[in-house]
Order: sequence, then structure tokens, then C-alpha cells
Amino acid sequence: MSQRIAITLDVNGTAYRREVEPRLLLTDFLRHEIGLTGTHVGCEHGVCGACTILWDAAPARACLIFAVQAEGHAIHTVEGLAPAPGQLNPLQQAFQDTHALQCGYCTPGILMTMTAFLAENPAPTEHQVRDALSGNLCRCTGYQHIVDAVLLAAERAR
Amino acid sequence: MTSFGRPLTRNEDPRLLRGEALFVDDVELPGLLHAAFLRSPHAHARILGIDVTAAKTRAGVLAVYTAQDLGAYWQPGPLLVPPPPIAGMEFHQRCQVPLARDKVRHVGEPVVMVVAESRYIAEDALGDITIEWEMLAAVGDLEAALAPGSVRVHDDLASNVAAKARQARGDYAAAVAKAHRVIARRFTYDRGASIPMETRGVVAQWDPRADRLTVWDTTQAPVVIRNGLASMLGLSERQVRVVAPNIGGGFGPKMMMFYPEEVLVPWVAIRLGRPVKWIEDRLEHFFSTTHERSQIHDAEIALDAQGRILGVRDVFLHDTGAYDPYGLTVPINSQCTLLGCYVVPAYDSTFTAVFTNRTLVTPYRGAGRQHGVFVMERLLDIAARELGIDLAEIRRRNFIPADAFPYDQNVIYQDFTRLSYDSGNYAPILEKALAAIGYEHFLREEQPKARAEGRALGLGLVCYVEGTGIGPYEGARVQVQSSGRISLATGIGSQGQGHGTTLAQVVAQQLGVDIRDIDVTTGDTDQFYWGVGTFASRGAVVAGSATHAAATLVRAKILKTAAQHFECAEEDLVLADGRVHIAGVEERTITLGALAGLANPMRGAVTPGTEPGLEATSYFGPASGATASGVHAMIIEVDADTLRPTIRDYVVVHDCGVVINPLILAGQIHGGVAQGIGNAFFEKLAWDDQGQLLNASLADYLLPTALDVPRMVLDHTVTPSPLNPLGVKGAGEAGAIPVGALFAQALEDALQLPAKGIEILEIPLSPSRLWELLHGGD
Repeated sequence: MSQRIAITLDVNGTAYRREVEPRLLLTDFLRHEIGLTGTHVGCEHGVCGACTILWDAAPARACLIFAVQAEGHAIHTVEGLAPAPGQLNPLQQAFQDTHALQCGYCTPGILMTMTAFLAENPAPTEHQVRDALSGNLCRCTGYQHIVDAVLLAAERAR
Repeated sequence: MTSFGRPLTRNEDPRLLRGEALFVDDVELPGLLHAAFLRSPHAHARILGIDVTAAKTRAGVLAVYTAQDLGAYWQPGPLLVPPPPIAGMEFHQRCQVPLARDKVRHVGEPVVMVVAESRYIAEDALGDITIEWEMLAAVGDLEAALAPGSVRVHDDLASNVAAKARQARGDYAAAVAKAHRVIARRFTYDRGASIPMETRGVVAQWDPRADRLTVWDTTQAPVVIRNGLASMLGLSERQVRVVAPNIGGGFGPKMMMFYPEEVLVPWVAIRLGRPVKWIEDRLEHFFSTTHERSQIHDAEIALDAQGRILGVRDVFLHDTGAYDPYGLTVPINSQCTLLGCYVVPAYDSTFTAVFTNRTLVTPYRGAGRQHGVFVMERLLDIAARELGIDLAEIRRRNFIPADAFPYDQNVIYQDFTRLSYDSGNYAPILEKALAAIGYEHFLREEQPKARAEGRALGLGLVCYVEGTGIGPYEGARVQVQSSGRISLATGIGSQGQGHGTTLAQVVAQQLGVDIRDIDVTTGDTDQFYWGVGTFASRGAVVAGSATHAAATLVRAKILKTAAQHFECAEEDLVLADGRVHIAGVEERTITLGALAGLANPMRGAVTPGTEPGLEATSYFGPASGATASGVHAMIIEVDADTLRPTIRDYVVVHDCGVVINPLILAGQIHGGVAQGIGNAFFEKLAWDDQGQLLNASLADYLLPTALDVPRMVLDHTVTPSPLNPLGVKGAGEAGAIPVGALFAQALEDALQLPAKGIEILEIPLSPSRLWELLHGGD
């Protein structure tokens, strides 16, 4: 397992070159190789959605992907959402305004899932939001305020 | 306008939303090593031999430790909560060990620790280790565990009894003698897991130059961890800093201490002279982080012809798992909370806590309260049916009257005090809930109409109390900085409750500043020395009251310093918007930052006895806990083919005294209800008869999703607590406590089970379990 492969990954528009073992998970690459710790790990078996990133603009579970597989794809993480340091994008702002997070651990994955969802569904119904959200587990909020946040962000964008 | 009581958005959020907030696994240090644990694959087995030779020689492995290698550091963990002083009780203390030495007592118990250059290598090395086992029969069933001749979890005890306690008052036999009706049932409430989205983790760094140990830990109680680690490691408490940074949900099991990894990771970091990280994976979490819940109650209620309670008797078994370091908190909560909102003239309750070959049981949101609520509410439901009394009316008739508070329950509670409800007014809560759910309309029109159409609609209505805000104490330090910003530090940890906002609102009320100008630090023992922890819905009550006291003192210092500065009377001053000015003379003004500078001069004499700065530290310890209360009401529709219920309406009316932040309170209740729904209908830890957990993944142990948790309607009444200056009561567990009883009741109603001679006397439920109940079997 000591074999290492040189890869260059495009994360939030920046190229990161590292030599990694083939078995290194993309979550571990993001978090521990390049220090983007906003992507969280909740289950490591693809169920909870905490590690959701955008893979060529589609939500994907970074815990189910090896880092070496990500070469040539555009990866986006929670750190890339805010328009500038210290600011929030409209979806993030809606999350704060509606109290859509408590411990905040599942939040980055939910933001990434909902970013892709709103791009495809700019005017969703509550049921559509809940359906899209149902692949991300949150243990704190009971989801109601998250649903409110997504609907608010959609409304503000209109 | 004061910020206290307003639905302000949170100070914590921007950093969390940008992915900038520090969680334990985010800690990266130069030279960081990684630990992994070989855990028992068996529920009960003797360790005959361990061979770690191959693991030690694997490239990248620095050290491998078994129990023998720990030497004198190997000690059973401390008894975190001693049993309360109940006369005649029996208690056998058997605490968890860092690494199993002679035998393992549950699947997942750690046996060997490997430390390596990466987690990947450490886990590779676990595969190099061989252990020779002598398999023993495992015991999981509570009654089997108590049967004569049962295999014993602890060989040195005569049986698997961990504890036995009886609390009785009034004359239950006399209550039965004069009763119109006595109803007896057996209730079971099975295990669940809290499953915070962040698993547990520990990072430890020994700095030989500073002669200090720093530990980042996903704990709810950093101060207690600091004190314990210092003691175990032979260090001064001043040499140990424990940081509980952002914690990804706690819900109780992160209050358990000391987990083996908390004991071992700091020790090995010192021993190897390099920082060490251990992060639990989700599989480990299912076996190793504590569970809650298995209880079997044989309960009976004696009533008069009008449905008034004359007495309750309950004999129950409580599964404490393989060890009992958390004492009797969970069964005591069950025992006390059963009394609920009601006058119960005679009460006789006995429990036996039982050792089993399963993961340890410690409090998880509700912490045994839901079991008590389940038993009492179900008994009342059955009584209502048998006596022909309306569900709401039988509760109304038995409520403790509003003029009876403080109401002495005359039983010993988990905080060792005699349980007394501080304040309450239950009838208005019930009436609000009935109106909000449309009770009369549903029963008279909607349900009959639906039934005529062949649809299965049912209603649930459950009343409950929640003991909150118990002692012993918390503290807080408030300081005006020279920048004009305010800092607040307290010893509790935060796991998402929003203390960075609610405690700031308490400070803002006194100091007239914007909450965005208040920096709240929780969970860092270098920032605040004293504290107990975040549990039992006590943060806002106990730390909030300490914060209020400290802020009140700082306010007095601000006004005194400003009065000296302006050479005026304090009564003439106005403190608002981060400054002080003379009333009516807006131009005579000074900022809080400038006042902080005046209070900390570089030169010049000060009056003897003067303290520098605008700072104060205060502590608050309530004489006893504050009792919150509420009613949940729900209408469900059950699909006749799949037996899957859909929640159509969900109402929570709640009284937690004065509300600091309604937005954060709503979030606490929503989240509690979601966990309650999971507990009631989705989450069941399934075991085989060898003590193996069969569903240890999130694909198999189902948490409720956004499609399973309904939109909730919340309302409140406010009965202030007289026990603290803010009038607040805790709210953290209120959402979760009544949901099991609510589901049992609503499902029974929807499926018209009583007419078929079927009752729901167990939690958790599921479509398949409902099918079994409907078709008369297991």
C-alpha cells in the first residue's frame, strides 16, 4: 500500500498537486491533505450525506470516492460557496436567518446538496425540498428550519 | 430594545456555514500520529492470549498496547454519578476499563490500541493481531439475565443485579382496596442510539517545553475531563487544557466519561512525545458509544369511578449494559418522571438495574424520562377507554392544580434532592393543544367520516413534565474588553444548542450591547476553570443564571466607573448601545471600551480594594431543578396495506418558563421531536442471541429523514420558574420525551386496535411490528 500516485485535483477552482496512496478517500484528501476541513465525515458509508461535495456541479459523496478518481473533475466544497472572505452567499444567509443549523456538522453537506438542487429547481415546493433533502441526515434540527431556509433562498432569488 | 426574549439569529452560524468552525477532527498538528483500536468481536469471551508481534513490525507502526502494557495506568473508570441516597438501595459499581484484560463483556469493547503514522496504517495493523478467545454465552434479555444460573457479566458478583431501589409513598394497598378499577399491563421500551452526526474523537498533544497537555475532545463536560485526566496522569490541573470546540451533536452520550479512548490517547501522546488523534468511525460508534433505553415495566394503576388516580405501582427492569459508570440516572428519571402532571396519592416503584453483555447504557436525550411518560400515559389511555372517559378529560381531572405549586412529589430525583415541581399550570397547555389540533372537530366529524371512507386516521395526545436545570452549579465570567467588545466565558460545552447566542442575550440585557459584540467561549478549560457540563437541559438555566449574575455585577462596575468619570450620580446615567451617557445630555458620553481602559489604568494610585477592569465572575447553583411541561398532539393516517403512518398534524404546546430566544427554542423542540419520532417508529437496535448487533450502519439503523419528520406547530405558555433570577426552565429534551406514547396512542386509534383486543404497549414500533401485532404474533 505504500505505492503513491501523483495527482492534481481542481478544488474550488484551485489546482492542488499531491502524491497519494490509491486508497486515500477524497474526504481525507480534502480534509487532511489540503486542509479544507469544512467537508465533514459522518458515516463513511455514503448514507448520511455530511461529506457531500459537488462533482462537476452534481452532488456526490466524497467518502465513497478515492482521491485518485477525482482527477480531471471540478470539485467544489463548502469553502467555495461564500462570495468573499467573511461573507455568506444567499443560501448560507437564508440558513442563518431561519436557524437552519444547530451543531452545524451536517450543514456543509446539506448546503452542497441544496446548491445543486436549487440550480435545477429554482422554484421548488416544500415537498420537492424535503425529497431532495432526504438524502442528508440531520440529527439536531428536525429539518423544518432547513426546509424553510431553502424555500426562503429560492424566494429571494426570484 | 433589549435582545432578551427575541428570536435573534445566531452568533455561531457564519463560521459554521462557511466551513470554518473547528471540530475535533479538524485539528492538525505537526507529527500527528493516529490511533486505532482492536475491539472485541464477541459479546462475552475470555481472552486467552494476544499476539501483537506482527503488528509491531509493520512499517509505520509506532506502538501497540494491550492491557498488560498499561501497567499501573490500567484502572477501571471512575463512578461518574454515585447512586442517590435512597434508603435500602443496593448498588454494585462495575466501571469500564481502558482495555479489556481478562475478558470482554460486550461487542466493541477495546482490547488493543495501535498507534501509527496514519489511520490507514493503524487499521492495517489491527488485521495483524491475533487473539485466542474462549467463547462464553452472552446474556442480553433482562429476565434471562436475572434467572437463577444465568451466565454472569461480572464473575465476582452473585448475580447480574447492578442495582435495586424502591421509592414508595402513600399506601398503595389501601388505594387498591378502595379503587373502582385497577389496570395492570406490561410495557417494554427497547434500546436506541443517539447517533450524533459527528462521532466521538480525541486529539492530545504534550508540549514538553510548556510542560502542558492539550486535549481536544468531543465531550459535553470538558472541565470534568480536565480534572480526571490530571488526576490519572499525575499532572496538576493547571497543566492540562481540555478543549471541546464545536461539537457535532451530543445528546447525552458525549457526557459519559471516561471513555477508554479519552483515557488512552492523552497517555500515549505523552509517552510517545508526539500528538495523537483518534476519531471514531461510524461502525465503532454503534458498538462503543453508549446507548440508552431497554426497560420492562410491570405497572398498575388504581382509579376511582371518575377516573381519578388513587395510586400507581410499577416494578421495572433496566438494562445498564456491561458496566454502570453513570450510576442510576436513567432509571431514577424513569421512576420520577412517571408521576407526570398528575396527583398520584400513592406511589410504589421498584426497579432492578441489570448487567447485560451489551454496550453501556447512559443518558440519551430524555434520559429515561420517556419511559416513565410512556407507562403513565398509556395507563391513562387504557383507563379512559375502560371507564368511558374522554382522553383529554381523564388527564384534566388528574392534573396537579395550578395553586398547588411548589408541588412536593416526595421522591428522590437524579440530582439527589427531593423532587418538587417549582411551578406549573397544566390545564391551559392542554386546552391550547386541543384547540390547535382541532380535537373536538377531529373526533366528532373528521375521524368518523374518514372511517366511513375506509381511511385509518388516529389521534395522539400526551402530557408530560421534564425535570430540567439541575445543579450542582455553573459559573460565568463577563468582561468588557478595551475594544469595547464583551467577552463571556463559561465552563459548559456546546453541542449546537446556541449558547453563543442565548448567553449573549442574557449579557446584552444587562449591558445594553448588541449580541454581535459579545464573544462567548464555551468548552475551553483555559478560559473558565470551573464547571460541570451540558446535560439535563441545564445550560440556559444554570449557566444562564450565572451569566446573568456576572453581567449584573459588570453593569454595576460600568456605572460606578462612569459616574466617577462624569462626576455624577449613577442614577443619572444611561447604559445603552455600547456606551454610557448622562440622561438628557447625549454629548456627555463614553464608550464601554474607554471605560474599560479607565478601569485598568497604567499609572496612578487607586483606592485600596479596587479590582481592575470591568469584569466579574459569578456562580449559580439552584436548590433543585426546574420542571417544564407540555402537551404534544398528533393526527396520523396509516396506509392500510403498508401500515406506514403519515403524520398529518403535529402540535407542541410547551411551558419552559421565560423564553430567552424563541427561534432557538423552536429548533430545540423540532430536533427533539425528530429524535422522538426516530425512537418511536424507526430506530431499533437489533441483536442476536450471541449479543451481536445486527444493524450497525446508517443503512440499517434508520434515522428519520426530511420526509419522515412533519412540519410542527408550536405554541407556548409561560410559567416562570421561581428558582432562578431569569425565570427560565430547560427545554432540550421536551421534544423527545412524549413521542413514544403519542405514536402508540395514535396508531392504536387509527387502526382501531382496542376493538380487536390489541393494545400497543411497546416502543419502538415499525410497519413490520404493527403487522405482527395485528396478526397476533411475534
